[in-house]
Amino acid sequence: MSTRAPWLAGLAALAALPWLSPSAYFLHIVILILIWGFIYTAWSLMGKFGLVSLGHGAFLGTGAYTAGLLWNFAGLTPWLGIPIGVALAVLIAVVIGYPCFRLKVVGHYFALVTLALAEVARLSIVAARDITGGSLGMTPNGVPTSSWIAIQFADKRYFYFLALGLWLFGLWVWRRVDTSMASAALEAISEDEGAAAAIGIHVTRQKLTVTIISAAMTALGGALYGQFVMYLNPDTLAGVGVSLQIVFAAIAGGMYSMLGPTVGAVLTIVLGEALRVWFGTTWIGAANTIYGILLVIFIIYMPRGIVGLVASRLPARLLPARRPAL
Amino acid sequence: MLAVESLTKSFDGFRAVNRVSFELRKGEILGLIGPNGSGKSTIFNLIAGALRPTSGSIRLDGSEIGGMSADQVCHLGLARTFQIPRPFRKLSLLGNVALAAFFGQRQRVTRGEAERQAARALELAGLPSDPRATTGGLGAAGLKKLELARALATQPRILLADESLGGLDHTEMDQAAAVLERIRAELGITIIWVEHIMGVLMRVVDRVIVLDHGENIFEGAPTEVAQDPRVIEVYLGKGHK
Repeated sequence: MSTRAPWLAGLAALAALPWLSPSAYFLHIVILILIWGFIYTAWSLMGKFGLVSLGHGAFLGTGAYTAGLLWNFAGLTPWLGIPIGVALAVLIAVVIGYPCFRLKVVGHYFALVTLALAEVARLSIVAARDITGGSLGMTPNGVPTSSWIAIQFADKRYFYFLALGLWLFGLWVWRRVDTSMASAALEAISEDEGAAAAIGIHVTRQKLTVTIISAAMTALGGALYGQFVMYLNPDTLAGVGVSLQIVFAAIAGGMYSMLGPTVGAVLTIVLGEALRVWFGTTWIGAANTIYGILLVIFIIYMPRGIVGLVASRLPARLLPARRPAL
Repeated sequence: MLAVESLTKSFDGFRAVNRVSFELRKGEILGLIGPNGSGKSTIFNLIAGALRPTSGSIRLDGSEIGGMSADQVCHLGLARTFQIPRPFRKLSLLGNVALAAFFGQRQRVTRGEAERQAARALELAGLPSDPRATTGGLGAAGLKKLELARALATQPRILLADESLGGLDHTEMDQAAAVLERIRAELGITIIWVEHIMGVLMRVVDRVIVLDHGENIFEGAPTEVAQDPRVIEVYLGKGHK
């Protein structure tokens, strides 16, 4: 059996999904999974090489708020606002990443620097409350009906296909990086920077490149999320909370496999929704507590994530032939 | 081709290398020996760009390379091995070496070309070029060979071989020496060979430099080194006759 067949079948099923008359709620959840799956995939591009960023919320917020503010205050279409937001996120990634990589800030110290970045982003958004609405958040100006210029649609199917395209783009980038020589170089760097430099690898450049790709994708995902939910809030789009959510989901799903981060998105979103619906308002906080406990259990007992665990249990012939970078 | 002049490196006031000068001539094998802690590996790290000199100069074909980064030095054709092998365990054996071929040369090579060069370097070092081979089964001698193969794959003009054959038995030492001679004969690579024991090295090198406490105490032919009173003192202790 060709290893292509299940992929094509899955893709066809995803493409056909909106015509199977799913409920608006179901479609909403699937769109969220695709957008967050894309964001988690972006994070794992760094995470799997030991570049553990606890600050990806900053990129998320930069993408979403830049597009939203330019739309509300300058009337600029998100088609331009989103690229500007992505460019800003890349700029932030370089300003933070370059000194870190030059000065060999690695491991826990790198995580702490990025953690601070997330909070700086959140506090900056809150402080600029005159334009951002502060911690109350903001809503992009709505259009009367659906509009391609505003990227606002009453019909969720438009967003479904945008999110599906974005998610597939994320998997494509993941694959490109995974099979590149740069990936092997980053593996080597994650093991031993000195030995990697000794065989001619420009350590700073390699790390910075993957950081830029990851930050740009995260900002793009944040911007589309903002367009979809039409509400930007500093707690859900910047700060430590969402940054850790990204880390947990990517690790729980499996950051070393292409579909791992997406599985992490399915898990965290479905679990979060289920717990929220079951508990409702009876035990406030119970849902979050159980969610947290489950995540801890996942991370302790499945360090390579769900997909990593499943892959290690399957016989090799069932797995797609993977040409390792090296 | 490589000129080191009054090279000095201090670590918090401790002078690991103190005003060392020497010259490396094209095509020779230069032995750099000395007891543990005499500054051999520090000199290597300074030349290879892993450390920045406190003062002094290192010139390659007349241009200063002191203070350059390790990857820049590698691209100029200076490759090094590490005394304690530093393999990339997540990559295959061929992957380790192909990575060096791909990133270690100044001109761009394709992945296929890098893998071919890697296979040649592995064979020269005496390791299998089978893409399925991993670093897992390698012992001390095998890991040394991997260091050598990785350095050779960057297509260097000068090889800095930090051999310090401590963990090897006699046959393995002879093999390692034979490989270095082959590298010079077949590839025309100039070699600096660092070692802390004299035995095998003396049969192979053209000239020897002896270091003690970060200073150059002897420079000359390997036949003369055993007669030098300062070298005898360092290696055999005072009062030895």
